[in-house]
Amino acid sequence: MSVPKLRPWLAATAAALGVSGYVLAIPQALAAQPIAVGVLAPKSQILGKSIFNSAELAAAEINAKGGIAGRPLELHEYDTQESATNAAQAFQRTVQQDHSVAVVGIFESEVGLALMPWSSRLKTPLLVTATASPEISGRTHAQPDRFKYTFSFWFNSEIQARQICEIGHDTLTQNPQLAHFNRVAILSEDANWTKAVDKTYEACLPKAGFKVVNHTRFAPSTTDFTPIYSKIKSDKANIIMAGVAHVSVPPVVQWHQQQVPALFDGINAAASSSDFWSATNGATNGLITTSAGLSGAAVTSRTAAFYKAYQQRFHINQPAYGAYSTYEAMYALADALKRTQGKAKGDALVKALETTDTEGVMGRIRFYGLDSPFAHELMANADPAKGASVVAFQWQNGKQVIVWPQRLATGKIEVPSFVPSPKS
Amino acid sequence: MDLLIQILISGFIIGAIYALGAAGMAAIFGISGVLNLAHGALIVLAAMVAWYVGHHTGLGIYLSALTGILAAIVATYMLYAGVILPLERFRHIPPEEKHVFQLVATLLVAIIIQGVLEWTFGATPVTTPPMIDGVLRIGGNTVPLNSLLIGAVAWLVLIGLWLFISHTRLGKAMLAASMSPKGLAIVGYDIGRIHIVVWGLYGLVVGIAGVLLASFTSASGEVATNLTAISFTIVVLGGLGNILGSLVGAYILGFLSTITAFLISPAVSELPGLVLLVLVLYIRPQGLFGRR
Repeated sequence: MSVPKLRPWLAATAAALGVSGYVLAIPQALAAQPIAVGVLAPKSQILGKSIFNSAELAAAEINAKGGIAGRPLELHEYDTQESATNAAQAFQRTVQQDHSVAVVGIFESEVGLALMPWSSRLKTPLLVTATASPEISGRTHAQPDRFKYTFSFWFNSEIQARQICEIGHDTLTQNPQLAHFNRVAILSEDANWTKAVDKTYEACLPKAGFKVVNHTRFAPSTTDFTPIYSKIKSDKANIIMAGVAHVSVPPVVQWHQQQVPALFDGINAAASSSDFWSATNGATNGLITTSAGLSGAAVTSRTAAFYKAYQQRFHINQPAYGAYSTYEAMYALADALKRTQGKAKGDALVKALETTDTEGVMGRIRFYGLDSPFAHELMANADPAKGASVVAFQWQNGKQVIVWPQRLATGKIEVPSFVPSPKS
Repeated sequence: MDLLIQILISGFIIGAIYALGAAGMAAIFGISGVLNLAHGALIVLAAMVAWYVGHHTGLGIYLSALTGILAAIVATYMLYAGVILPLERFRHIPPEEKHVFQLVATLLVAIIIQGVLEWTFGATPVTTPPMIDGVLRIGGNTVPLNSLLIGAVAWLVLIGLWLFISHTRLGKAMLAASMSPKGLAIVGYDIGRIHIVVWGLYGLVVGIAGVLLASFTSASGEVATNLTAISFTIVVLGGLGNILGSLVGAYILGFLSTITAFLISPAVSELPGLVLLVLVLYIRPQGLFGRR
């Protein structure tokens, strides 16, 4: 056959090959197309930084293992600056412009509450990782069709307060040498999330063997705690059960400087981070509080690896609790996306998240149903095989020593030298 | 009795810190005519630089404090040279409106400084190590020695400021500048150089206030606005531009705040001071020691 006669055939063959190649390339191109995830947190806060760090770590690990059906996770980070307005704008932008399939993060409960309607309007899952107000899950429970898009990866303040009561009972009431520390002063910052803390403390502390003799809610602008500690002393309280997150440093520093004769226990969101020791110049020595994990203690089989990876990547000795919860959120999201081949969005992604049941770094990761008052919150349990759990630790000479649960404990509670004890 | 002792001690210390902060603001307003809304931000800047240097170098408490004070002085001069002076010399602003422009400009500078501090150091409040450890037990009260030392240092600085202004030639020239800049110029003083000295002194005073604050309680960008508001309240209460008035106003406010915190609630401790301010402005608008 002569060349001129071959030309039409050659042209047709070339065209067919070109179109086939193009068609075959489309799934690969789509497969390589990243899955966008928005990360929102206040960059200037310890907890905020921990959220960004953990999101980055989790995304890097997931992408290193092939991503979601061959598609890498791509983070879009936004600094909320602790402002609900900024957070709402960032949420809209990351969903509408970045095309994020979900938004992870948030430190302040007020900001989380402000974003819930946006997640509903834009039908985009909101995975809050460092808020504590029970109002978040309360809203989801009350209006499930509207707010089903919100999932909480940290314990609400009511659960946290119950954990403190349980830990206090195990470590103090049940310990003959420390059982005399039973006159409690509840000390909370005046914020939305602490309302449930105080109410729960009032209910569960007496059942745990304590007597509440003082109850103070202080304004976040308080700089001098002398009058508060003076009242605590006059009421003869010998243990302070705190509910502080945004105003953590001044009360602890002044507790130490004024040598208030009471143990400092309870919820202290910032104290779990190794940065807290330097922020308080060591005044946190003796403080007892909880965190999601510590020093790689084997809460689950995955915890140590997470701790090591976080430490190596960010050179931070102790990740704050937001690091653990955000890591859980990223992996839960990845798990839900994997089960739907990376295609789920909106309601379909919500359904996939609802059926999450995996081993995380905090414990077993699954959610309360919409019919529960803690709708779409992580199920909490002291046994990590049944739910997400915490560890209690005490700052001792610059180190965080686990004091509860017993199976993970690396030391015992030490009473600060300025706190009187009948045995001393 | 124990409560009374506690109130007196707390009131003394808080009053001293308030007085130091307010004295600087009063001096700069009285002599330069600038109501500086970046006042709190400069105090916090000194505190956070002192904390940062202390934590990341081996310089120790006192050298770190010195660094913080130097940072405040540098920032103050930058504010003066970069914002106040240009606005003062800008021909298109009517003379009677220059102070308004300067006021707004200092507010913007405050917002910028706060943002830079939060971005650089984070929003977590920080505290510098105590200058001295230990407590003093008076009756049933426990008073940190560090707090007493802070009160004493604040008073030393205030006395030094008073001695400088009332007993040195330059200080008297500064006082004269607050009364009549033209008159001072007529007798041959360079007003520009007076202002340079005043701003430097102001930077020194806010720097010291900042490092003491970081040792007494804590410092973060978030408290800057509150510090400006407290100093402003004291300065207006005592009489704009009157340092002695600011001292008295600081102690009135300090004790009112302390008594309220102890006897009623810390949550409303600032309220009586504000009520008093309103009353004073109604009865004596120039403040307790202000000139009519």
